[in-house]
Amino acid sequence: MITFMNNSDSEEEPCNERTSLMSAESPPVPSYQDGLQASQAGEVQAHRKRRTGSSRSPNNIADGDVSDSGVPVRESALENEEEELTLKYGAKHVIMLFVPVTLCMIVVVATIKSVRFYTEKNGQLIYTPFSEDTPSVGQRLLNSVLNTIIMISVIVVMTVFLVLLYKYRCYKFIHGWLILSSLMLLFLFTYIYLGEVLKTYNVAMDYPTLFLIIWNFGAVGMICIHWKGPLQLQQAYLIMISALMALVFIKYLPEWSAWVILGAISIYDLMAVLCPKGPLRMLVETAQERNEPIFPALIYSSAMMWTVGMAKPDTAAGGPSQQTWDAAEDGRENHRSPSHADSQMLETRSPAPTRPITSFEELEEEERGVKLGLGDFIFYSVLVGKAAATASGDWNTTLACFVAILIGLCLTLLLLAVFKKALPALPISITFGLVFYFSTDNLVRPFMDTLASHQLYI
Amino acid sequence: PALGLFLFTIARDPLRIIILIAGAFFWLVSLLLSSLIWFIAVKASNPLDEPLQKGLLIFGVMFSVLLQEAFRFLYYKLLRKAIEGLVALSEDGCSPISIQQMAYVAGVGFGFMSGAFSMINLLADTLGPGTVGIHGDSQLYFLTSAFMTMVLIFLHTFWGILFFHGCEHQHWWEITAVIVMHLAVSGLTFCNPLYMGSLVPSYLLMATAATWAYLLSGGSAQNLQRFLLCKS
Repeated sequence: MITFMNNSDSEEEPCNERTSLMSAESPPVPSYQDGLQASQAGEVQAHRKRRTGSSRSPNNIADGDVSDSGVPVRESALENEEEELTLKYGAKHVIMLFVPVTLCMIVVVATIKSVRFYTEKNGQLIYTPFSEDTPSVGQRLLNSVLNTIIMISVIVVMTVFLVLLYKYRCYKFIHGWLILSSLMLLFLFTYIYLGEVLKTYNVAMDYPTLFLIIWNFGAVGMICIHWKGPLQLQQAYLIMISALMALVFIKYLPEWSAWVILGAISIYDLMAVLCPKGPLRMLVETAQERNEPIFPALIYSSAMMWTVGMAKPDTAAGGPSQQTWDAAEDGRENHRSPSHADSQMLETRSPAPTRPITSFEELEEEERGVKLGLGDFIFYSVLVGKAAATASGDWNTTLACFVAILIGLCLTLLLLAVFKKALPALPISITFGLVFYFSTDNLVRPFMDTLASHQLYI
Repeated sequence: PALGLFLFTIARDPLRIIILIAGAFFWLVSLLLSSLIWFIAVKASNPLDEPLQKGLLIFGVMFSVLLQEAFRFLYYKLLRKAIEGLVALSEDGCSPISIQQMAYVAGVGFGFMSGAFSMINLLADTLGPGTVGIHGDSQLYFLTSAFMTMVLIFLHTFWGILFFHGCEHQHWWEITAVIVMHLAVSGLTFCNPLYMGSLVPSYLLMATAATWAYLLSGGSAQNLQRFLLCKS
């Protein structure tokens, strides 16, 4: 996951001292942010200028003059300003991410607990060819490790493929791919899911009604995700898609493989984002150089730019700031890792460049949000769902994993605020989650059970 | 009730939610460690020896209580550091959240987690066929469990406030009082299923803690009166 934090956040009223300070930051920005790429700094600068320029151009010019003279002195002050702004709004962003992650997990856990389909073992994916029904422990372990290796290599190959496509500007191909997979996801998986839920609750539904419902759901989903739509609806769709995907994973991955895969994915994520030659990092850098949004399909954003009803000459940056993730069945390999890869990006981007109308400033409040890749959602939900499905301590374990993941997310966002670059969001949370799952299941459960049977309280 | 507390007082401010979740996390870690100790002790001892097992259980409970309080202390330290950070970063020089609010939220976090772990399996079983307590346990099992959990959650909240206050002002006696109270309440639950013995004193202790915390937080009989009579 890659996280960016641009600090020109003006959630408060447009004209106060802080924002005019920010507009003055434009000259020192490139030198201050030499940790980031120059293009990104340029982008930030441009954004800042354009953001504040519309309504505060007099201030801008005046402050610009002042700041030019005292640039080095002000740099540190401005740095502190920026940092404090970042951290101050950090809490809000964290909550903005907590809520969807929580919702996704709740949906997954609720489904797992109630619908039996997802806990039955009806076969495995072709990506995990080794079965785990072997008699000996060693054999089982070996099989799960082999499964993991295969899965991870598939993901790596797909990620590299996607990055190459992106680098060579085969946008149409990528778009078509993503649209196809989201189509698949929205229609096929929803159909299966709905079928199973109806079976569980013994509700009869005729085919025409079903067709109507699914068609509507899918069509609105496609529009919302790939084009424009109300923010909350889009977030809801992204959450649902992540939940569906997580459910599929929970069903089709054999037990030990699932845990080993989770661990391996977080390691891979760490490497892919932080290593200089990592595919995800290259993807983000390329996107920044071209001054484009990362991907039209793989990222959950907690805030959006209101492009509806505004004259926006530059729609490329404006439109797809919310992105969804999809991994369809057939094109599973094709979609899996690119979406996965790109979905592991947690980033905050500055809003759309041009905002010629000042009256829309209150909408600017919506702009700054934190972005989390959908793959993160999915893997968090897989962890919690697996805990709910297979743990014998039932709710205690699930709750423990849930809290662990949220704390991991907090820490990751804190690191994001400190480092101000793209960061992987999986490792910390998944590590905490795994640790807590295994320890709660084996250690805490007997303790609590004994306590409860004697009705003792600690 | 804990949920109501949560909704009304904490859900508004994101910082509080984070502190809450972190508090729950700390409680969880303390539980983990204490169960680890207990587990090792159990494995190392003879599983068929009944009184020994019971004794080990009691030991485990006490140890867990002590660990919880230790973690509360650690959490307090962490929050102190965090508050300094927040003060340094905020523009007008004062922190967006006071240490008392933090104490309250931390207490609720602890209580939430503790209550959740105590109750939730029970609640899940209630959804199924009514087979709890079929082996001749008291008929009031659920009711008493519910009340006990509630009192424990409240107690954790109040203890949080008292504890932090004690740490702030270096009133070591306050801290020891909290620890003693916690031990007392846990010990009282050993009297279950003689419910009279455990519930009533617990509630009394809770009332004491409540008034104490209230006074510490700056309330007074006057405030209470004004609040109740809905004066402005």
